[in-house]
Amino acid sequence: MRRASREWQRLGERCMERLLFAGSLSGIVTLGAMVVFTFAAGLPVILRTGLGRFLLGQHWRPLEGEFGIAAMVVGSVFVTLGALAAAVPLGLGTAILLSEFAPPWVRRIARPAVELLAGIPSVVYGFYGLVVIVPLIRQHLGGVGFSILAGSVILAVMILPTLITIALDSLRQVPDSYRQGSLALGATRWQTVRRVVLPAARSGVVAAVVLGAGRAVGETMAVLMVTGNVAVLPESILSPVRTLTGNIALEMGYAAGEHQQALFASGIVLFILTMILNGLIQLRRVGRVAR
Amino acid sequence: MEEGLARAVLWGCLLVVLGALAAIVGHVLVQGLPGIDVDFLTTAPRASGREGGILTTIVATLYLVAGALAIAGPVGIACAIYLAEYLREGSLERIARFGVQTLAGVPSIIFGLFGFTAFVLWLGLGWSILSGSLTLAAMILPTLVKAAEEAIRAVPDSYRQGSLALGATKGQTILRVVLPVAMPGILSGVILSIGRVIGETAAVLLTAGSALGFAVSPLDSGRTMAVHLYLLAMEGISVPKAYSTSAVLILLVVGLNALATRITSRFTVRR
Repeated sequence: MRRASREWQRLGERCMERLLFAGSLSGIVTLGAMVVFTFAAGLPVILRTGLGRFLLGQHWRPLEGEFGIAAMVVGSVFVTLGALAAAVPLGLGTAILLSEFAPPWVRRIARPAVELLAGIPSVVYGFYGLVVIVPLIRQHLGGVGFSILAGSVILAVMILPTLITIALDSLRQVPDSYRQGSLALGATRWQTVRRVVLPAARSGVVAAVVLGAGRAVGETMAVLMVTGNVAVLPESILSPVRTLTGNIALEMGYAAGEHQQALFASGIVLFILTMILNGLIQLRRVGRVAR
Repeated sequence: MEEGLARAVLWGCLLVVLGALAAIVGHVLVQGLPGIDVDFLTTAPRASGREGGILTTIVATLYLVAGALAIAGPVGIACAIYLAEYLREGSLERIARFGVQTLAGVPSIIFGLFGFTAFVLWLGLGWSILSGSLTLAAMILPTLVKAAEEAIRAVPDSYRQGSLALGATKGQTILRVVLPVAMPGILSGVILSIGRVIGETAAVLLTAGSALGFAVSPLDSGRTMAVHLYLLAMEGISVPKAYSTSAVLILLVVGLNALATRITSRFTVRR
């Protein structure tokens, strides 16, 4: 009797382990399915057009069967660089202040603020950009307002939380003994930060910037609402642009046939781009553990 | 001299960040709050959203949240348990972890494309709450796994040893001892995921569609609040209604964040 119940128990344990094992593969299985489905839908059009003509082609004319995404790649890159130019100094500065200089009460205010900034839906940022930033640019700087600049400003605010949280984490991980040693040698607090703390936290800071870039490249709605979405190479930061993400979101609703495949193909390019950015970070992390 | 300048610049950075937050939240709330009343929350939109409230979009949003959590919740927690309690370091662990981590960095529009081919077309589910839930489940999986794994790893080993010493099996220990202790951390992951589902627009638009009626069956298309806001603003339907919808979304996020903080702080006090 008791042996029978123990057998059952063992069976139960085995079942549970199998189930949990299946669950543990959910991430890689989902990722695999995503790769298979998007590549199956998008690869044919890349092969037919030729990778070079697809990536470097300047004309996106879906109705005439001409699919070149160069203008969109440029659009995505410019908007992202613009966002980084504003957000990296601001985010790093804030992280350094919160980690090294600010009294605890400032941290208590700043933490929920940064969390709120991270939680606001991207479409709300886009709406704010549409009703406030775009008109501001139109009135004071000229042009239509829908522009690289508007996209960069909105994106900069959106990636600030990523930058601040990750940079702050890596700064806090620098052992206090480093700071004490530097201060004991007569360095000021700022000298300590610049010469000791920042170099020690370098890999985390780089990770923060790369992750921020990844978020900026992948962001769709907010950018789409403020950049004007003209699929032409931009002339200045006040020119409207269309990003890779925006192109997909705008045209997926009505695209059919080859046009739809071409959108999946631009999805593949985006996928690979973000995979590379993520790969960079994971490689760094593995390298650090190995050391 | 350099010291003072550096500090001033750093404080300036913080002020700009807080100022940006205050400007956005303040502007949206000031413009949007006056339009929010009981009617706005309890009547369906009329004239494609120009008049009436946002009731149907609230229903669709709740539907999608429930669906995505029902799918991703059990799977994600199972994944976290296996990663934290069963797996030793090795190639299998690296593969499982690589999958979850890479998924976390994939842009939401790619999830939308995937959901569109896989669920809407291939499985033939059409633009529906079900397609949307499946897609969003894939999207929130990394968030759930990460939060749950961290919470499970934070449970002190002495708890496990105590339970095992009393004769409990490993499975019993996990279900009766480890999971209850880790629950607050898991819940804050769930809340974070709810926030992501509520705010997601691109992936929802491609998989759940934008039908403005009441979603009843999981196979109905539904328009969430975020998608509604996007269409109100981009198609120039109604700026006041867009402001009010934005304000509702911001208030929801504030509420969810406060809830998460309360759960985490109670958790810390108890330990």
